[in-house]
Amino acid sequence: MNTFLRPCVALLLLGSIACGGGSSENASTPAPAASVADPVNLETAGGLKGSIKLEGTPPAAQTINRRSDPYCEQQGEAKTQNFVVSNGGLENVFIYVKDGLGEMKFPVPTTPVVLDQHGCTYAPRVFGIQAGQPLEILNSDETLHNIHALPMSNREFNRGQALKGLKHTHVFTTAEVMVPFKCDVHNWMNAWVGVLNHPFYAVSGSGGTFDIQRLPPGTYTIEAWHEKLGTQTQMVTIGPKETKELSFTFKL
Amino acid sequence: MRLHLYAVLVALSTAVLIFAGGLVTSTGSGLSVPDWPTTYGWSMFTFPLDKMVGGIRFEHTHRLIASTVGFLIVVLAVWLRLAEPRRWVRRLGYIALGAVITQGILGGITVLWFLPDPISIAHASLAQLVFCLTIAIALTTSAGWKRAYSEGGPVPDDRILQQIGTATTVLVYVQILVGATMRHTDAGLAIPDFPLAFGHLIPPAWDPKIAVHFAHRVGALVVTCFTIATTAHVFYHHRPRRELCRPSALLLTLLTLQITLGALTVLSQKHYMINSLHVVTGASVLATSLVLTLRTRRRSFDRLAGSRGQDETYDMHRDVRPARGHA
Repeated sequence: MNTFLRPCVALLLLGSIACGGGSSENASTPAPAASVADPVNLETAGGLKGSIKLEGTPPAAQTINRRSDPYCEQQGEAKTQNFVVSNGGLENVFIYVKDGLGEMKFPVPTTPVVLDQHGCTYAPRVFGIQAGQPLEILNSDETLHNIHALPMSNREFNRGQALKGLKHTHVFTTAEVMVPFKCDVHNWMNAWVGVLNHPFYAVSGSGGTFDIQRLPPGTYTIEAWHEKLGTQTQMVTIGPKETKELSFTFKL
Repeated sequence: MRLHLYAVLVALSTAVLIFAGGLVTSTGSGLSVPDWPTTYGWSMFTFPLDKMVGGIRFEHTHRLIASTVGFLIVVLAVWLRLAEPRRWVRRLGYIALGAVITQGILGGITVLWFLPDPISIAHASLAQLVFCLTIAIALTTSAGWKRAYSEGGPVPDDRILQQIGTATTVLVYVQILVGATMRHTDAGLAIPDFPLAFGHLIPPAWDPKIAVHFAHRVGALVVTCFTIATTAHVFYHHRPRRELCRPSALLLTLLTLQITLGALTVLSQKHYMINSLHVVTGASVLATSLVLTLRTRRRSFDRLAGSRGQDETYDMHRDVRPARGHA
C-alpha cells in the first residue's frame, strides 16, 4: 500500500503548496526607452487634418445585457459602441502614417498611456501608443477584470485585476496595427491599440475629426482603421509648413 | 455494492464536469481567470463567492467541480486498491487517477498558454477518456457484470456484434475528437445552415473550418449508420437479453437527442446552453456505446481472468478483496 499512497500524499502536498492564498499583482517593469534625438524640424514641419465620414445608416446601438455582474448592471445602461457617429462623422477611427517616414527614428515618450477600465467599459476604446512607451492599465471598478491582449507580433498577455485601483504596466516592443484587448469576464468589453514606431497617429473624435501635427515634409501613405469597416488608405504629400486636409469615407 | 454505487456517483460527477467544461467553452470564459492553479491570486477554495461574476462563474465553477471529481477519483482508486479482487479493475482505477491528474494539468496549461488549440483539444478529448474509465469501473463493479448477466442463460459470444459495437464506440470517440477540434478552432458556425451546407448538399467553397465542420456532419451520419446497425443486430438477435437491449434503446434515444441538439446548435447560432448539452450528450452516447460493447464482450473478461488464474465471477455479497492466494 505504501508504494501507492506515497505518491498520492506527495501529489496532495504539491497541490496545497500550489494553492497559495491572497490577491496580488506584479506589474511588469517597462523597459527604459532608448533616447533618440527628435528628427522633426519644427520650422518645416506640417500637419494633417481631416474627418472621417460614414455613408449609410449604421445599425442602432444595442443595450448590452450586463446582468452577469451586478456591479456592472448598477453602473447604468450601456450601449454597443461599434459605430459612434456624431455630426455625420465617424468616431473611434485610428488614422496613422503607414508608410513614408523612411528610416527616421523618433524618441519614445516615457509618459504612460492609460487604459482605464471604468464602468465596465474600456476608456479609451481606440487609442495609439509608440513601441517602447509604457501602457498603464488601470482598474477603476469595484469588480474584477482581466485584461487580455491578443497581438499577432507582440507577446500575448492576460492579467487579472481583482481589486479597484490595481495597475498593470505593459510595454509593446513591436509596431502592430491593431492589437485587440478583451475582458473575458465581461464579454462586451473590447478595446484596440495601434502600436507604432512614430508619433504620427490620431483617433477620430467628435464629428469624426482628427489632427496629426509635427509631420515632416514628405509623401505618405495614410491609413484609417475602423473596428467593423476595416481599413482605407490614401497618399498625401505634405510640403514645408503645410497642413493638408484629408477626408476618408467609409461605406456601410 | 457500495463500491459500485460510489463508482456510479463518480461517473455521474464526471458527466457534470464535462457539461461544466462545455459551458466554459460555449461562453468563451476559458481565460476569464488568468492564473492557475490560483484564482486571481486566491486559493481556488477560498475565492470569494461574491467575486464570481461574468465569465468567472463558468471557469471557476469548472475548476471547483474538476477538483471535486479529482478527489472522488483518488478515493475510488484507493477503494479499488483496498477492496477489489480483480487486478485489471484495480488497474482501471490507477489509470483513471493518472488520466484525471493529466487532465487537470492540461487544463492548467491551456489557461497559462492562452488556449492553444492542440492543448485545448487534448483537454476535451482526455475528458471523454476519463469519463469512459469511470463508466467502465462502474460497469465492472456492478452486480450484473459480476454474475455475468447469467439470468438469461449463457452470455452470447457474438463476434459480429462485438466487432460492430467496438467499431461504433471507436467512431463515436473519433466523432467527438472532430467535434472538439471544431469547437476549439471556432468552426461551429463555419457552415451556417442546416441540414444543407450553404444551400447545397456539399459545400460549394472550402476552407479548413468548413472542412472540419463538414467532417463533423459526415461523422454524425457515419455514427448513425453504425449505431442503427449495432442496435438492430441486438434487437433482432438478442431480444431476450435485457443487458444488451436496454443500452441499445438508450443509445438510439441519446443519438436522436444528440443530432437534434447538433442541429439546434447551428440554428441557434451556438446558444451556450444548447451547445453545452450537445457536448455532454455526445459523452453520454460514447459511454452508452462503451457499456453495450463491454457487455457484448463479457465472456472475454472471464477468459482474461482465467488466463491469469483469477476468478472473474466471485461472491458479490462479499464486496471485499479475497485473501492473497485465493486469486
